[in-house]
Amino acid sequence: MAFAAFGNSSATEHKGPTKSGGIVLALLMPGLIYLGLFFFTPLFSLIITSLEAPAETGGIGEYVYAFNVENYSYVVQNYLPQIIRSFYYATVATVAALLISYPLAYFIGVKLRNRPLLKSLMLTLVIAPFFISFLLRTIAWKSIFSDGGAVMQLVYNLGLMKPSEHFLGSDFAVIFGLTYNFIPFMTLPLYTTLERFDVRLLEAGADLYANPYKVFTKVTLPITTPGIISGTLLVFIPIAGDYVNASRDFLGSAKTSMIGTMVESDFLQNWDYPSASALSVLLMAVIVILVATYVRSAGTEDLL
Amino acid sequence: MKRFSIGKLTLPVYSVLAIAFMLIPIVYTIVFSFNNSNRGNTTWKGFTFDKWLGVCNRPDVCDALGNSLLIGGVSTLIATILGTALAIGLVRYKFKARALVNLALFLPMATPEVVLGAGLAGLFFNLSFAPGLLTVIIAHVMFCLSFVVVTVKARVQTLDPVLEEAGRDLYANPNQVFWKITFPLLLPGIVSAALLAFSLSFDDFIITYFNSGEVTTFPKFIYVAAARGVPAEANVIASAVFLATILLVLIVQINGAIKRKRMLKNK
Repeated sequence: MAFAAFGNSSATEHKGPTKSGGIVLALLMPGLIYLGLFFFTPLFSLIITSLEAPAETGGIGEYVYAFNVENYSYVVQNYLPQIIRSFYYATVATVAALLISYPLAYFIGVKLRNRPLLKSLMLTLVIAPFFISFLLRTIAWKSIFSDGGAVMQLVYNLGLMKPSEHFLGSDFAVIFGLTYNFIPFMTLPLYTTLERFDVRLLEAGADLYANPYKVFTKVTLPITTPGIISGTLLVFIPIAGDYVNASRDFLGSAKTSMIGTMVESDFLQNWDYPSASALSVLLMAVIVILVATYVRSAGTEDLL
Repeated sequence: MKRFSIGKLTLPVYSVLAIAFMLIPIVYTIVFSFNNSNRGNTTWKGFTFDKWLGVCNRPDVCDALGNSLLIGGVSTLIATILGTALAIGLVRYKFKARALVNLALFLPMATPEVVLGAGLAGLFFNLSFAPGLLTVIIAHVMFCLSFVVVTVKARVQTLDPVLEEAGRDLYANPNQVFWKITFPLLLPGIVSAALLAFSLSFDDFIITYFNSGEVTTFPKFIYVAAARGVPAEANVIASAVFLATILLVLIVQINGAIKRKRMLKNK
């Protein structure tokens, strides 16, 4: 569980040698300097660039610092559909991934507890998608759902969609692809919490005359909340910034562009660095706020 | 004997179906690596081994693979060294700024790739530093670092400091203690961290796309080719990488599972 691995320090800590500040510095400094140079400096540089204005004498792609806050109102006005769409896709896909993953993680983590071989096999299959290019997997779905393909023929014949309608390029197709691509990131943290879940608590609940539904909402769900939170963060954040699934060469169309789509085209094609930067800073700010409030309301302060 | 009930079957059947669903595009990708296609690779044109035997008949695919392996190897090496040092420092030593360091390491994992990519590209652009192999490696080390720290940290936490103390009691110098005791015990964690870093680097597209300039990696090749149709040779490479990795993981997993099973039996 990547997110919980940080933070909750004191509980599992050993009382190692605590002196020798020199060794600490030698161990930590190279990595921290690296992050400072290539993570924090770029973020700072993004903020600076997001406040630039076109240079009066320069050509396309030349800007000077001008504390030009208008870049922000410009991107909000121009890219509002993309901003709303990104968070809408991320919300729906995260919920879908959670609903699909939870029973699966429960089965592997709880039901297969005494079947180590089967459990290892299932876990390996859950992470198997990590070992093959996500771009090719997404293209595979594209081919499977292409208009002339067998799957769509079936859909049309069953009357689920009109022949004039297409699956590819729709909101649904993009959400489908995002959900598919991020399910393992949800299943793994859920599995980690469910694996440690003491099943005797279920019996205790049943002994106290709670029905299975009540046992689930009052016992299982609260205990597995840390897994749900880290899974949700691990899935929601990358989806909000993704633009590959939504690209017209993959599962999307011009009508499914997301924040990432606009950052990419502004940065790499239009050389409009201030707009791309302002949009990135906005995305980052929204995500920092979401993460902070989510963690706070769910009561797992030690997550960060 | 337990009574047979449909309710008991729901969860296993669901789980098998969910896994099967996850595997569909993988199977599809592997099957289409045997497709006798000319341009594009979307319709089945018959079975052939040709694409497997002549992957480098498409030099662009092979070049992209070579770049990805080089970038993955170098980035993994650097990120693993920096990250292992960070993990040891964080777990073993108490210092005031620890919470701050944890946060600093958490943030890159919580930042969307497009922000990381645009941020670094903007920095390189402002410094007039031309994008290429070096900038991609710098970027990959950056986003792999936190994941290495998390993975190695979990291993350092399970390590009993008494073992190192025993080594010191036996007059081993700090160097010997580290290389003869600490490092071998941490090695499984370091290896899994390195594997994770390599797979993250090898499959990364968005950050690479922003920072690679003229250099093409395997994911970037697929993304660019997607507009015209991805050649079956790309499927061959992805399938080969997949089959090799899954075999390795299965061997390690089954080995561990058999050991655990024996321990359960002996109890």
